[in-house]
Amino acid sequence: MAHGPALLTAAVGGDRRALARLLTGIENEDPHVRELLPQIFAASRGAHLVGITGPPGAGKSTLVTALTREYRKRGRRVGIVAVDPSSPYTGGAIMGDRIRMMEHAADRNIFMRSMASRGELGGIAAATWLVAAALDAAGYDPVLVETVGAGQAELEVARLAETTVVVEVPEMGDEIQAIKAGLLEVADVVTVNKADRPGAERSAGQLRAMLAGAGGRFAAPPPILLTIATTGEGVAPLVDAIEADRTRARSPDQARVRARNQLLRAVIERSRRRAEGRVEWDSTVNEIAEHRIDPITAADRLLDT
Amino acid sequence: MTAGAGEERAAPIRVLIAKPGLDGHDRGAKVLARGLRDEGFEVIYTGLRQTPEMIADAAEQEDVDVVGLSILSGAHMTLLPRIVEMIRSRKMDDVLIAAGGIIPDADIAPLKEAGIAEIFGPGTRIGDIARYFREHARTRT
Ligand code: B12
Ligand SMILES: Nc1nc2c(ncn2[C@@H]2O[C@H](COP(=O)(O)OP(=O)(O)O)[C@@H](O)[C@H]2O)c(=O)[nH]1
Ligand SMILES: [Mg+2]
Repeated sequence: MAHGPALLTAAVGGDRRALARLLTGIENEDPHVRELLPQIFAASRGAHLVGITGPPGAGKSTLVTALTREYRKRGRRVGIVAVDPSSPYTGGAIMGDRIRMMEHAADRNIFMRSMASRGELGGIAAATWLVAAALDAAGYDPVLVETVGAGQAELEVARLAETTVVVEVPEMGDEIQAIKAGLLEVADVVTVNKADRPGAERSAGQLRAMLAGAGGRFAAPPPILLTIATTGEGVAPLVDAIEADRTRARSPDQARVRARNQLLRAVIERSRRRAEGRVEWDSTVNEIAEHRIDPITAADRLLDT
Repeated sequence: MTAGAGEERAAPIRVLIAKPGLDGHDRGAKVLARGLRDEGFEVIYTGLRQTPEMIADAAEQEDVDVVGLSILSGAHMTLLPRIVEMIRSRKMDDVLIAAGGIIPDADIAPLKEAGIAEIFGPGTRIGDIARYFREHARTRT
């Protein structure tokens, strides 16, 4: 098996096994693949990077399947990354998002990869979008990234998309939970999925009313659509809305917002690693535990020298 | 491979659990998936009714270390060798392929001959399967 630049060349040239290996290298922070990052970025073909997020069971995977069907109809090659939480106790994970992808299993114009979140501090957001960048370089456009919309790390993944689709489901009660607000904050497009269930229209109306008065980030509220992922109803308009958002996301202002988030992420991640990698790390931890130094001064000391 | 103090933590072993053919018995596969998760593996579960090609495709895209096939339908002698062939034809030479479910003793030798590394029947403890995977899955370089 090739490695280094030859691996990237093979992956970009259509060798699926090489691409899979490259993604593993990114995920595992393989130092050889780390050296390829500038080339991976340079090889980007400008794919639309789309995040799909929402509560567990909302129908995200089913919707990704339906979106893929629609994009394929439009002649596009689709990259898919499905991120599932790792168990904080064992580090293991179960990733079942492929179950819904059956109909696309034999389509060579689709590439799907499952990723475990590997813990809050594991840099999942950065790794996910590097994997997406590699799929982009290999000619997949769009790249759809599914994450469970719960937890800070997952929200971070969604935030780094160019276009973030938040998947909601019809509510039984009137109350709109706080968790929803957190999710909506990152939404560029909202869909109320399972619109075959009662209350879908009403839920969409509530969301619309909620966003209309919000101002700020929602001065121009995101479109709110209805979908039935299981039948594909409403999915073509959803693709239209996602496509329309691509222009907004690519405006210089928006590109800068996203770049700033990416940089911030990378700086936090890199400085954490640099600090953790220093021989003084353990003794510094002890110093703080023994109240001999405050954590901020200790951090400055670790990073400045 | 357990990382000692100071070493980089090794990445979790990635396992694909697949149900080939028309077999609807998925209890064992699900028990196995959860059990392996609890043992620290990253498990990709494909669900039911997978063709040999779908399984090979998934193994390729997911770059798994282990492919685990669960089959209780009696179709193992036709399906399992084809799956091995498909996986090997995609140059995934170092992927460990194991199976479990209802497989009569007489079929075990020919299946191993065909490239199934090991077969685990009813009542196998997950801990034993996990140990076998840890000992026999490829080590990444
Ligand atoms: C429960 C059961 C069912 C349930 C299944 C529910 C479900 N969703 O799974 C129902 C009632 C639906 C069912 C239906 C049928 N069943 Co049934 N069923 C069983 C039964 C009693 C137990 C299976 C089970 O769940 N065991 C518990 C799990 C945890 O164990 P396991 O699957 O064996 O997995 C363990 C190991 O084998 C191993 N393992 C399994 N897979 C893998 C994979 C890897 C990689 C590894 C490492 C290990 C591993 O690890 C697990 C943990 O130890 C078995 C008899 C038996 N004692 O096994 C018959 C049995 C499997 N069924 C049988 C039959 C014939 C049928 C039907 C065709 C009956 C009919 N005429 O309608 C249908 C077919 C359904 C279908 N669509 O395929 C036969 C199969 C005969 C054969 N293969 O030659 C059996 C053996 C009964 C018998 N003695 O005749 N069945
Ligand atoms: N009634 C209905 N069920 C749906 C719809 N979309 C998805 N589902 C079902 O909801 C369940 C969870 O779907 P899944 O895609 O796995 O959700 P995820 O956890 O958000 O990825 C599955 O049983 C789907 O079949 C829909 O539009 N209507
Ligand atoms: Mg899902």
